[in-house]
Amino acid sequence: MKKRALISTLFTGALLLYGTGDFPPWGDPNAPAARHVSPLYIERSVEDTHVPNVVTAVLADYRGYDTMFETIVIFCAGVVVVSALRRPDA
Amino acid sequence: MKDHYTLPQDRPIGPSLIIELSCRILIPFIQLFALYVIAHGHYSPGGGFQGGVLLGASYILMAIAFDQKTSMRFFPLRANTALAGTGVFLYTGTGLACALLGGLFLDYSALEPLFPPLGPVEWRSMGIFIVEVGVGLAVMSIMVSLFWDLASGGKMDKGL
Repeated sequence: MKKRALISTLFTGALLLYGTGDFPPWGDPNAPAARHVSPLYIERSVEDTHVPNVVTAVLADYRGYDTMFETIVIFCAGVVVVSALRRPDA
Repeated sequence: MKDHYTLPQDRPIGPSLIIELSCRILIPFIQLFALYVIAHGHYSPGGGFQGGVLLGASYILMAIAFDQKTSMRFFPLRANTALAGTGVFLYTGTGLACALLGGLFLDYSALEPLFPPLGPVEWRSMGIFIVEVGVGLAVMSIMVSLFWDLASGGKMDKGL
């Protein structure tokens, strides 16, 4: 069973590594991911938000929902650990 | 020479003057730097998550160097729980306020009527800052409460 798991893990890993061969080069300006909304963010973030740091503008303004639910995920993690572990009297 | 040597797990862990004094000196500067990281997120790498982690780490350092009771004296449990909720509420509340003032959810330029001289663009910058502070508060409180719970097994006593 262990051997089969090892073989399937190695096979999947090799398949994924083979797949990365088709990725666009790192930092390629013509990659599909860099041609959709990224140019808009880079060109307009300063005049839209007056924030010189593009990362902050994208994180908290353009992708505000993402960051909001990230915060909620952290909050949920805290609430779960408190409700599972905290027994101050015992 | 040999009878002075003890394994680390057998060594009595008492208060150490060097550790306590250096932590006394370090912690205020760590917290000051954390506030800087949160407030300066607009201009340099940083922001709510990073600054919140630094603030949390300062209290965790306090809990390690002294004991958990000490850090709970400087950061009471009720304040911790309240601040975690306040942080998340600050974020969602800002988004909700935008929606109530007639804009889209989390479109901070809609907050302009609160203080018109800033203008909609500057309000987007301000909204980002409010939201980052909320993230920082939540991350700090949750970090510290996770450490307290895991280090003391939920008993909230002396801890490690």
